Amino acid sequence: MANAKTIMNGFAQALWLSQGVASDLIPLLQAAQEAYGYVPERVMEVISGVTEIPMADVYGVVTFYTQFRLTPRGDMVIKVCNGTACHVNGSTMLESTIEDVLGISRDQTDDDGLFTLESVNCVGCCSLAPVIMVNDETYGSLTPRKLTSLLKRLRREVLDARLNASTEVEVSE
Amino acid sequence: MKRIIVGTATCGIAAGAGKVLNALNDWAGEAGEGEVTVLETGCIGLCYAEPLVELQDGTDCRLYGGVTPAMALALAKGEEHPDLLPNQLWSKVESGHATIFGDAPRIALGRCGFVDPGSLADYLDTGGFQAQRRMLDEMEPQQVIDEVVASGLRGRGGGGFPTGTKWKFAAAQDNDVKYVICNADEGDPGAFMDRSLLEGDPFSVLEGMVICGYAIGAAKGIIYCRAEYPRALMRLRDAIEQARAANFLGQNVCGSNFSFDIRVKEGAGAFVCGEETALMASVEGQRGMPRFRPPFPAVKGLFGKPTNINNVETFANVGWFLGSGAPMYAEVGTDGSKGTKVFALAGKIQRGGLVEVPMGTTINQLVLDIGGGVPEGHTFKAVQMGGPSGGCIPASMGDLAIDYENIVKTGAIMGSGGVIIMDDTTCMVDVARYFLSFTQAESCGKCTFCRIGTKRMLEILESITAGEGKDDDIDKLLDLCEKIKVSTLCGLGQTAPNPVLTTIKYFRSEYEAHIRDKKCPAHSCNALVLYSILPDKCTGCALCTKNCAVGAISGERKGLHVIDQQACIQCGKCITVCNFNAIIKE
Repeated sequence: MANAKTIMNGFAQALWLSQGVASDLIPLLQAAQEAYGYVPERVMEVISGVTEIPMADVYGVVTFYTQFRLTPRGDMVIKVCNGTACHVNGSTMLESTIEDVLGISRDQTDDDGLFTLESVNCVGCCSLAPVIMVNDETYGSLTPRKLTSLLKRLRREVLDARLNASTEVEVSE
Repeated sequence: MKRIIVGTATCGIAAGAGKVLNALNDWAGEAGEGEVTVLETGCIGLCYAEPLVELQDGTDCRLYGGVTPAMALALAKGEEHPDLLPNQLWSKVESGHATIFGDAPRIALGRCGFVDPGSLADYLDTGGFQAQRRMLDEMEPQQVIDEVVASGLRGRGGGGFPTGTKWKFAAAQDNDVKYVICNADEGDPGAFMDRSLLEGDPFSVLEGMVICGYAIGAAKGIIYCRAEYPRALMRLRDAIEQARAANFLGQNVCGSNFSFDIRVKEGAGAFVCGEETALMASVEGQRGMPRFRPPFPAVKGLFGKPTNINNVETFANVGWFLGSGAPMYAEVGTDGSKGTKVFALAGKIQRGGLVEVPMGTTINQLVLDIGGGVPEGHTFKAVQMGGPSGGCIPASMGDLAIDYENIVKTGAIMGSGGVIIMDDTTCMVDVARYFLSFTQAESCGKCTFCRIGTKRMLEILESITAGEGKDDDIDKLLDLCEKIKVSTLCGLGQTAPNPVLTTIKYFRSEYEAHIRDKKCPAHSCNALVLYSILPDKCTGCALCTKNCAVGAISGERKGLHVIDQQACIQCGKCITVCNFNAIIKE
């Protein structure tokens, strides 16, 4: 929980430091996304108020850039690189493997909120193609077989993390 | 004392360099204290062999690839390890004085992979900020511009506009406030030159920007960098802080009466923001949409002020020749294109990575000699240069010398330097479809032909790769290409047809095979291939039967299995699960 508080301060801090100029809009949205994992409507209203940019324009910017999301994401965000090198080395096979194993397709989150599948244009690790990124970790030279075992491992990890988080809260209470 | 250097750019980290570095640091902190120094460096360029570790012991220098923590520890302790010798990539003793890159001059990447990118001291030791000091002590802004013009440097972002001319325009503007922007929004899929440069030698980019600021009379610099490059952003922010603390940036740079400061702006993920007017709109907090030029940014740019925008690699070149002299720079390269160019080799290639070659190097030298050619058993078919704005150049034109003009003549563009190598398993229609799906998704939607024209082209290409192509599809595509080229505002739209135009120009027969014969010569388009099981390789393990979603595979356990072609939906799942390579596409 302490963690969530410090992150929330990050967005609050950005708001505090903002000079209310239009060029602050994107950095503020980035700070909000970092804090909440997505850009909630309430955040857009607050930013609109601080910067005096109409709500419609804020919404226009949020939907223009691929970085911003309007819905919450899962604990683990899997980004399949769809750069040219990854494409010619079979990234579509990776995507369908993830669909098979986790049951989610592009831009979807599973019902438990564990995984979100996204596609990214290029993560710049082309010589290790095909590549996926899980949160900030990059995995290269994947085959459907290697990926299947990786996904199974990740599922265990994310479930363990949840379990630990819930017991920690109980202890602190 | 022994020095052990680990390459920790993004490629290295992805391949496991972090574990190697941790293992070394743990050991060096305890048992090995005082015996070895563990250092980090940026991209060495041999990305195919990551993680890379270099051992320096007096005059003995050795570079190892594919290093595991155990191998690295053995190196540090001076012990034997069976995997070390087979993975030795280079040794100074055996190669004499030549570096691993041979005798080719390295200008932009001169320090990449040799110095610690987080260390200002390393940068200064290797001649860093000398050009800046010399400039502030001895040169007038006009002299700087003259020298840039004399070097013949052209914009490395892809367009190839002469850098000196661009600076001249911005310098000629009479305005109190001017901006210098470094375009690090490397959006081309398949390109990682800027990332490697920023991660491997961030100070050189800062120095280039200070020089530009002095030349055009600007006091503010902005680096617009992709948010997808967390490590490059970290290195940049760290470098700016160090440079500021040492007065290479900020008020009264190096004690002169010139002030210049730089801040970093994170991009939010829009390919079109690589276009300069769209980039400026994005910095201002708007949707990144390009606008009509003129007025050019040099006249009316960011916040309406004169602005000079250059690419990362362009700035990295500037400090080199302002220190070493423009004539030396102009000696490298061809008549029209001076200096060197950094290329990122990727795709179907044995030794993918980052290379810097003089302009005028041929495609074959780049792909076959430096990159080691395509994987064994396959044939080299084409290179793709310039990303979604570029095109495919067939292997038959491999003797073409790479410079701006020659590449444009083929229908591709130099681009920022991403080179994707393709072999006989790559379908050229699918490549065109891939790039169109990219530009179509990234179109900002301002111009009708870019917004709707690319969509129609994509639909046609999708139907061709799905085996539903019609006879007049090629003509329709060519017609749309022509119209999109002439009726769009920015580079994204104007160049979007290039991948289609070049593949039709050089690989028309592949399009015809898809449309008329319903065959994909590269066996890559799933809808157009037949899957079958080789009787002599099938062991009857029934793994494919279990995994087939439509129950199209049948056979006795331990007996031969067969695929029912009527029921098969060509998903390709069986190939990926078969342990014996018994399933083939034809």
